[in-house]
Amino acid sequence: MAVSIHIDHVKKVYEKNTVIQDLSADIKSGELFTLLGPSGCGKTTLLRMIAGFNSIEHGTIAFDDQVINNIPVYKRNFGMVFQNYAIFPNMTVYRNIEYGLKNKKLPKDEIRKRVEDIMETVQIKQYQDRYPDKLSGGQQQRVALARAIVVRPQVLLMDEPLSNLDAKLRIEMREAIREIQKKIGITTVYVTHDQEEALAISDRIAVMNKGDIQQIDIPERIYSRPYNTFVADFIGHSNRFTGKVEEQHGGTAVVKMQTGYVLTVDHVKPLAAGQEVLVYVRPEEFVFTDKDHGMKATVTVKRFLGKYIHYVVDCGTGANIEVTADTSNAERIHEPGETIYLGVNARRANLFDTEKEVTLLEGVERYV
Amino acid sequence: MFKKGVRFDFWSFVSLLSLIFFGLFLVIPVIRMLVFSFQSTEAPFTVENFVRFFSRKYYTTGMWNSIKVVSASTLVVILIGVPLAYITTTFKIRGNRLINILIIMSMLSPPFLGAYSWILMLGRNGEITNILKQLGIPIPSIYGFGGILLVFVLKLFPYIYMYTKGALKKVDASLGEAAESLGYHGLHKVVRVSLPLVLPTILAGATIVFLRAFADYGTPRLIGEGYNTLPVIVYQEWVSETGANAYFASAVAMIMIIVAAVVFLLQKYITSRKNYTMSMLNPPKAKQLKGVPNVLAHAYVYLITLLATLPQIYIILISFRNTKGVMWADGYGFSSYVNVFTKSIKSITNTFEFGVIAIIVVIILGTLFAYLTVRKRNFFSKVLDVFIMFPYVIPGTIFGLLLLMTYNRPPLVLSGTAAIIIISYVIRRMPYTVRSSAAILRQISPSIDEASASLGYGSMQTFFNVTMPVMIPGIVSGAILSWITILNELSSTLMLYTGRTQTMTVTIFQEISRGGYGTAAALSTILTVTMIVSLLIFFKLTKSEDIDL
Repeated sequence: MAVSIHIDHVKKVYEKNTVIQDLSADIKSGELFTLLGPSGCGKTTLLRMIAGFNSIEHGTIAFDDQVINNIPVYKRNFGMVFQNYAIFPNMTVYRNIEYGLKNKKLPKDEIRKRVEDIMETVQIKQYQDRYPDKLSGGQQQRVALARAIVVRPQVLLMDEPLSNLDAKLRIEMREAIREIQKKIGITTVYVTHDQEEALAISDRIAVMNKGDIQQIDIPERIYSRPYNTFVADFIGHSNRFTGKVEEQHGGTAVVKMQTGYVLTVDHVKPLAAGQEVLVYVRPEEFVFTDKDHGMKATVTVKRFLGKYIHYVVDCGTGANIEVTADTSNAERIHEPGETIYLGVNARRANLFDTEKEVTLLEGVERYV
Repeated sequence: MFKKGVRFDFWSFVSLLSLIFFGLFLVIPVIRMLVFSFQSTEAPFTVENFVRFFSRKYYTTGMWNSIKVVSASTLVVILIGVPLAYITTTFKIRGNRLINILIIMSMLSPPFLGAYSWILMLGRNGEITNILKQLGIPIPSIYGFGGILLVFVLKLFPYIYMYTKGALKKVDASLGEAAESLGYHGLHKVVRVSLPLVLPTILAGATIVFLRAFADYGTPRLIGEGYNTLPVIVYQEWVSETGANAYFASAVAMIMIIVAAVVFLLQKYITSRKNYTMSMLNPPKAKQLKGVPNVLAHAYVYLITLLATLPQIYIILISFRNTKGVMWADGYGFSSYVNVFTKSIKSITNTFEFGVIAIIVVIILGTLFAYLTVRKRNFFSKVLDVFIMFPYVIPGTIFGLLLLMTYNRPPLVLSGTAAIIIISYVIRRMPYTVRSSAAILRQISPSIDEASASLGYGSMQTFFNVTMPVMIPGIVSGAILSWITILNELSSTLMLYTGRTQTMTVTIFQEISRGGYGTAAALSTILTVTMIVSLLIFFKLTKSEDIDL
């Protein structure tokens, strides 16, 4: 029942603004595919094009082999969960969930059974006779989810479904959505601007910016092997250094950072000696070392956060460098003003082209 | 037939419907009147009508009369209404709720009833006049400029009061406190802080007052006695025995529409540049005054409310007075009501018949049009918005004339039918329902429509299953206002009625004109009671004691 979605060179123009220029992506059957990006990046626009609330100016969107461009919304057979839930205020929980089924000419018993089952699944059975204004945010969220999936749609679309919930409930609901989605195996497109949520819930993530997809990959690789500097900066935090290639043998390049620190990186595309590159280092990929093995840094800010310690240090590059250390591994806590020596976990560092700001590592693809 | 990707759905059908409706009953008539105003019986194109208007003293005097009395009324209304609104929101006044309801009720009664009642009290043979005469106290004539001013002011100050009060309630109390902390207090504080913030609203209210007064036919006709204003002139030109001059009447009507439109657009332009948004963390609270200021505040509020309600109370009282023919007789009873139910029952049934049909059409079209203007933002819906609000600038007499001139000849003859009156009611009174429905729709997230569509329902089913049920409170409160103002409609009906399609307001007006005061009073009382009941239902349903104009 689950379908794949093929987005092929689509374009979206609002009045005279081109929101999406030329975007393609393939979403696999049964996966939870997340569109992640800053506000205004076009992620919701794309979702609404799949739903049919937005027209498609150019290109096609297909469910399996069927192009849906000209199929009206109400015939597309998808379920949608809205940012504000969009529970019908004039209907009880039961009637909200039943609404989509009543349209399908099913026997009454069948409708009843399906509604009962789904209420069981999302755990809202005890609220079935309540009106929406008597439900909490989390409960409304469950009703919205139940209403969307009870009709057994081909595709489930979710537009920032958790953004109106408080932090604790967000994590709880995120797990619930993940679990239910896997259980029924429905192809799901999930929009969020919350990277932690995206990393936790997705099978694959498409990171979007300015109406285009920057990278599609599984969460781990999006984080550890960003395709370009936008992804590296947007997902988590990265410290940016410049460096110069000293020499390269096969895939192994020796790069000297502006701070004088030398690191050896594997799986690098062929580069010329002397070429300038960007070196990106995550805060947790520094190692505390000694004068002979590290670059000199001065601690400017120290924040003790319990599980780990967060430092801002000055490496003489003019930029604030962020460093985190696990509390359990830290030998001692450094105070502001103190001089420390930092090494870099070279296997986890990323190199980017200075001009195109695109990865220089072999095997890191834009679309996977 | 349609462009690829553009589907002919339910809303396309509604758009088409609205186009046909406003095209037939607004656009074509206005164009026809415009063409007429540049024609005469001899010439296919001439400016002679306008030349005649601006060169004859009779007409220019009429125009100046209109401008003078309307401007003066607007000014006095502001001077009375703004302090009233300020006092009732800032200070605790005993019986505040009742006062508010009384003022709203006086606002919603037809203006010519005020004129009629004041004539009965202060006119040449008025009750109070006679008493004062016996005491040897002469009083100035109520007829002419002064009388029109009196009626307009007492009739229209509630608009300014309601508007200003609404705005003052939205001025965060912290602003006043901030002003005090900076050394402003008392009147100085009001003038420097509160007043500038509510000024755009006062201006909007003043525009409504101006347009209402400018459009009113009944009041100057009854109490003006030769103090002719433009609506009276248009009416007379149209019905005059000496060659009903549709061309000249059209020209005068066009001049009126232009004046009204200019005032309306000017206000829109000025307020669009001065629009404040305030955080409402700290809503204002009424304070308890003490001593002399307290007495003065109460005296002011009570006096104004009494003056505003006096005409209606007086009419209700005299409706129970015995009559003999058109003369008063001694004692009290139900003779006037007996007269009404034997002679004028048809006008009562007509009023309710036309009113019910009109309000049904208003609800259906108003709800659909509200949806179009709010949810389908495009060029067409902006045009529709203008059409819906256009009746604000067309005086009723002129709207009646528009319809009459267009539909008194083939291919479509509607003159003399009930249909033409109902059409007039629908177009003139629909804005209340549209505005109120649109206001509630703006608060409803469009995603509930989308949710319904995603669950397989087309646009029409979605509207009737989900959107409309949620809109009901807004639809009902707007519809009640439309209903009350339909019942009170006089000016366009006066142009459109025939013997068979006479309504209560027309009968009242005729009875007053020929001195049948008892019947007029009884009919007015029936009208007032209907209105009060409707208003109470409105308050009950909206759970508030204010109306949103």
